Amino acid sequence: MSTNTQLLRFITAGSVDDGKSTLIGRLLYDSKSIFEDQYSAISKSSEKRGQSSVDLSLLTDGLQAEREQGITIDVAYRYFATPKRKFIIGDTPGHEQYTRNMVTAASTANLAIILVDARRGVLTQTRRHSYLASLLGVPHVVLAVNKMDMVDYSKQRFEEIIGEYKRFAAQLDLPDVHCVPLSALNGDNVVEKSDAMDWYIGPTLLELLESIEVDRDVNTADFRFPVQWVCRPQTDEYHDFRGFAGRIEAGEVSVGDKVTVLPSGRTSRVKQIYTYDGGLQTAFAPQSVMLTLEDEIDISRGDMFIKANAHLPKVQKEFEANLCWLSETPLDMNRKYLVKHTACMVKSLFARLDYGVDVNTLEKHAADKLNMNDIARVGIRVQQPLVFDSYDNDRATGSFIVIDEASNNTVAAGMII
Amino acid sequence: MRLMENVDLRKHGFTHLDALESESIHIMREVAAECKNPALLFSGGKDSIVMLRLAEKAFRPAKFPFPLVHIDTEHNFPEVIECRDKLALDLGERLIVRSLEDSIRRGSIVIRDESKPRNPYQSVTLLETIAEFGFDACMGGARRDEEKARAKERIFSFRDEFGQWDPKNQRPELWDLYNTRVHPGENIRVFPISNWTEMDIWQYIERENLHIPSIYFAHEREIVRRNGQLVPVSHLVKPKEGEVVERLMVRFRTVGDMTCTAPVASTACCVREIVEETAATRITERGATRLDDQTSDVSMELRKKEGYF
Repeated sequence: MSTNTQLLRFITAGSVDDGKSTLIGRLLYDSKSIFEDQYSAISKSSEKRGQSSVDLSLLTDGLQAEREQGITIDVAYRYFATPKRKFIIGDTPGHEQYTRNMVTAASTANLAIILVDARRGVLTQTRRHSYLASLLGVPHVVLAVNKMDMVDYSKQRFEEIIGEYKRFAAQLDLPDVHCVPLSALNGDNVVEKSDAMDWYIGPTLLELLESIEVDRDVNTADFRFPVQWVCRPQTDEYHDFRGFAGRIEAGEVSVGDKVTVLPSGRTSRVKQIYTYDGGLQTAFAPQSVMLTLEDEIDISRGDMFIKANAHLPKVQKEFEANLCWLSETPLDMNRKYLVKHTACMVKSLFARLDYGVDVNTLEKHAADKLNMNDIARVGIRVQQPLVFDSYDNDRATGSFIVIDEASNNTVAAGMII
Repeated sequence: MRLMENVDLRKHGFTHLDALESESIHIMREVAAECKNPALLFSGGKDSIVMLRLAEKAFRPAKFPFPLVHIDTEHNFPEVIECRDKLALDLGERLIVRSLEDSIRRGSIVIRDESKPRNPYQSVTLLETIAEFGFDACMGGARRDEEKARAKERIFSFRDEFGQWDPKNQRPELWDLYNTRVHPGENIRVFPISNWTEMDIWQYIERENLHIPSIYFAHEREIVRRNGQLVPVSHLVKPKEGEVVERLMVRFRTVGDMTCTAPVASTACCVREIVEETAATRITERGATRLDDQTSDVSMELRKKEGYF
């Protein structure tokens, strides 16, 4: 098994009826990522349930409560690898009330597989899933038209569906959309090319997953380095060492580069890029490194290093954002919340609730409250200035979570405009 | 500081191991920066050995900003304990060991059968240790690919004051923005290698040339065959009537409680050969090696709800 493989994170969105669990099961099974003991466990369960063939959807059923109720209650992460790539699947349920789960899984995904049933075509939930994928900035979307066996593997039906989907997707910010006709149940075009659909000359689903270019998903131009932790060993050997530890969220940095530290605006040059494995001349996103500077300036967690010659982030105490409310307790405009953004935790106030968005129709409507799964445009004021980019420019420096100070729960996810 | 010449990772490709490593370092640094009194749970097994290397990468040249903690069942393989002590010493880090025997003496654990696995009792001593030191965050080397219940657990997994995990009421976890806040008495378990698989662990051990306990490599051992598995004979596990003791070349894929950890037949005597065997194996790590998880489809979920790691 090669160690020279890339990592791709993807999510699957669709309901149980669309055959989502079967698709994941098929992907794992046909790529030989299922182990014998797992297979024998689900074949026993299938038999117990009186099913004539092994039900691959049982592979993704996890918790006791889910088995009892026959539902998926949360995001589950699954792993498989091919010689080309290692994959992390964020498996999310398709029920209406679980927008928050899809938002959660989509936040770290490079790609979203959106499933439709070939018989039913583009549905409300297809629109909802696509809207959420675009809202969360998932760079690649694959529309998987499943159950092609139920429509006689009809090319015409496939083209109708993708025509309708593409008209809809044009309203959204989905830069890269692919469509694959398949049958998860029979394995057509999942891993193996389908004999029944010789009219389809494109890649199978797995071929797509293995080949979609993900290197350019990260902003490579504008260096962003939020300081996570300051390393001061205070030993004889490292008496004056002050290393600023963090992960490069965008761009790259080299020894000797002039950097500006925000929000203070002080500047210095990079003296060393320290790593456990030795010094680097250049480091780039998403490496975790430690930087030391030529000059001694006051820097602490939450400060951000940038390079002055690039596109500059904003340093402000107010911003606008798209917000997804995740908590059962509704938003209270009179309360203060905590906002966690990069390595900063600040007190915040919701200054305005501009409008809500209906995730099914994409229509804007006046909103005076926010309940779980609601999406809205808001204005937020924070106690300390934050250093941020728009989410469109940089997912890492444009995203934040909202924490309820009383319960300590994560109550909302935000994307800065 | 050593300077690596002409290192440009892009030329070699930023691999999945690089991506996983960077993510884990980021998680550990979040713990160090935001938690008041964290600890790193360390058993001497392969996953926790990987955790130590990641901690070195996250915090050197400084000391770790937390102690290492081992909850010792005293059912461990001696080779593992030896490795645990050697690693802690070599790293110059503080190691706290708390034993189930302490809890047994206190009466908080009552053992009914000495030959049975002690894993179910580990949560008691763990919770007592968390209370003794007032830890607000415990990092552990659990992985999501190990078990179905783990697949649904967050990287920062919130526990109430009884150490309990409520799978239906987990905090949403978005981007890399982790919510580390707890009320006094509560704590979080943090799993920095959540996204690693068994294969990733072995590839990383190979890449980093990590020292691991000898029983991970093929060696000759006395075993009996029980329910389709190889059970190692020891002072805790005696052959039952009718069982034939065999000497076989085996290695361990996991190294837990001696009474419930089964080895697999193997000839792999270096990490490269283990990587090759892992690529070819058709049985999951726990399926092959953990007698205790086979009792029920949901035994891990139940243990986790009770405060198990």
